[in-house]
Amino acid sequence: MSVTETKVERPEGWNRPAVVEPEGDAELLEVAMGPHHPSTHGVFRMDVSLDGERVIRLKPVFGYLHRNHEKLGEGMSYLGSMPFTDRLDYICPLTNNWAYALAVEKLTGQAVPERAEYLRVILGELTRIQNHASSIGFLIQEMGASGTPLMYAFREREKILDLFEALTGARMMVNYMRFGGCRVDATESWLTATRKVVDGLPGFTEEMERLLTSNEILQARTQGVGILRPELAINAGVTGPMLRASGVNYDIRKVDGYGIYNRFKFRVPLGDHWDVYDRFMIRMLEMRESIKIVDQALKDIPGGPVMDPKAKLRGFRPKPGEAYGRIEAPKGELGFYLISDGGPNPYRYRIRPPSLINLTILEDMCVGQNVADVVLIFGSVDIVLGEVDR
Amino acid sequence: MKTVEEIKAAIEAAVPGAGVEIVLNPSVSGQHSLRLDREHAVDVAKLLRDELSLDFLSNVTGVDWPDKEVTEKVKVTRPVTKTVDGVQTTVEETVEETAKRVVPGCLETVYHLYSVALKEGPVVLRMRTVNRTDQVDLPSLTPIWRSAEFQEREIFDLFGIVFKGHPDLRRLLMWDEFKDHPMRRDYVEPDDFEYEPTAHDDVLARALAHKNGQQGIGNREQRPGTA
Repeated sequence: MSVTETKVERPEGWNRPAVVEPEGDAELLEVAMGPHHPSTHGVFRMDVSLDGERVIRLKPVFGYLHRNHEKLGEGMSYLGSMPFTDRLDYICPLTNNWAYALAVEKLTGQAVPERAEYLRVILGELTRIQNHASSIGFLIQEMGASGTPLMYAFREREKILDLFEALTGARMMVNYMRFGGCRVDATESWLTATRKVVDGLPGFTEEMERLLTSNEILQARTQGVGILRPELAINAGVTGPMLRASGVNYDIRKVDGYGIYNRFKFRVPLGDHWDVYDRFMIRMLEMRESIKIVDQALKDIPGGPVMDPKAKLRGFRPKPGEAYGRIEAPKGELGFYLISDGGPNPYRYRIRPPSLINLTILEDMCVGQNVADVVLIFGSVDIVLGEVDR
Repeated sequence: MKTVEEIKAAIEAAVPGAGVEIVLNPSVSGQHSLRLDREHAVDVAKLLRDELSLDFLSNVTGVDWPDKEVTEKVKVTRPVTKTVDGVQTTVEETVEETAKRVVPGCLETVYHLYSVALKEGPVVLRMRTVNRTDQVDLPSLTPIWRSAEFQEREIFDLFGIVFKGHPDLRRLLMWDEFKDHPMRRDYVEPDDFEYEPTAHDDVLARALAHKNGQQGIGNREQRPGTA
């Protein structure tokens, strides 16, 4: 990608919010989209100023789901926060668990057994597949295709959630990972069942692609809409499929190689046109890469314990210090920042939510577009309000 | 990847007068940080972004360090009057005493920087306010890295740090009428979580007064003696 290799031209104010002037002395129409708008994925509001159908200004309003998760985390033990991380991005609880466990392991230097690392990769990639599938489904739903693609996606998601339930006891609120491994081991029969589901997934992506990619309405509505320039995407801290759809080769699985990701062969799809269609397509292609990773992990998974026998669960008190740990969650970079003062509770417990920070440039992508496209651009960001508001 | 010492040297060479202090991190993560002074922070940030390719600001957060009372043993030398062999004399004597000292608190911001171009990081920056009460302003780094926009608003909301130069500094998560900063360590939860002043407050107050028989109903002036 040229932007990351050569020096970027930076005229004054290049990263300031975009400004569009209304035509003539038009009277602006103020619309509050949300908090109960069906396309807002929860309770979220956009205050939009319209000149006819054109968006002049758009201000997101947050906080309807705010429960001060970080304050709660300071008031309880390190392990006590683990079940609460499930509730952040409730579509992908396992990657939230993983990010938190990774940050604490960074803080204490805790080792993780091989088998647990493989289980984490398998579960993390299955989470990514079901997240991308349902996010594509929601995007198409918002475009007006009532139900069909979403139900196709949910059919597949349900199979994956059944696997999660069989392993952890819950479909969504899994509370599965621990500092130094995983809570329970996977049985042979669970691995066989996973194998079976994963073998069926390429057929599903094939089907989705046949159904959607060349669809005329999808192309007409998404191509050239909501363009995000790569240099602005980097500057605004956009991560995940959004960043890669803007053509920036940055995947934390490759960059940090956390866990055991450098053992797997997979490619990082990149966008060319930086629009909503690219974001849709990147998610489609990433599902295929994830299937490849799960395939390899299921082949190589070794035996052994899933929990480091030396890991301390009761009376867990890390030495004073701090650590920032991050993973490539399905929605972007999910990070946890912890400060320990040597006590049983973290002194500071901070979550870097990808959903919130990916919304920073929502206004830039929407101004000048039609109000009907706002719903699509917003859908292509792929957020979960549990994580935005925390 | 450059070490914090190398980055510190690069900053001091390029921005004269910039105060940079290395803050060591005792944990195994080895993420040491650089504390910037408030006056030169924006210049230093620009240098880091443009010259050292730290183009991606990942995480911005606040930390509250309240005033801390430290109890320590101090050796004090003072004259002591003693009676030795029936004669009163004054002798210099060293006594160990416990003294209390208040370490003034502050609010701190922490910035985690990465480089997308060079695929490395993190570089951790910190800044501190003068105190926790009236001098709580810090320079905003939003003009340098746009990703700080919402995160600095969140810190303003939850910690009460005022970012000078932020284009749109409003509360992010709490509602605009909210008074306190919930992430501060001395924050006391209100009795009524749901309280929110509304236009109907004075109506409700009048209704309550009426119920208690203090005053008549309605907005108009009551004639004397008609309550």
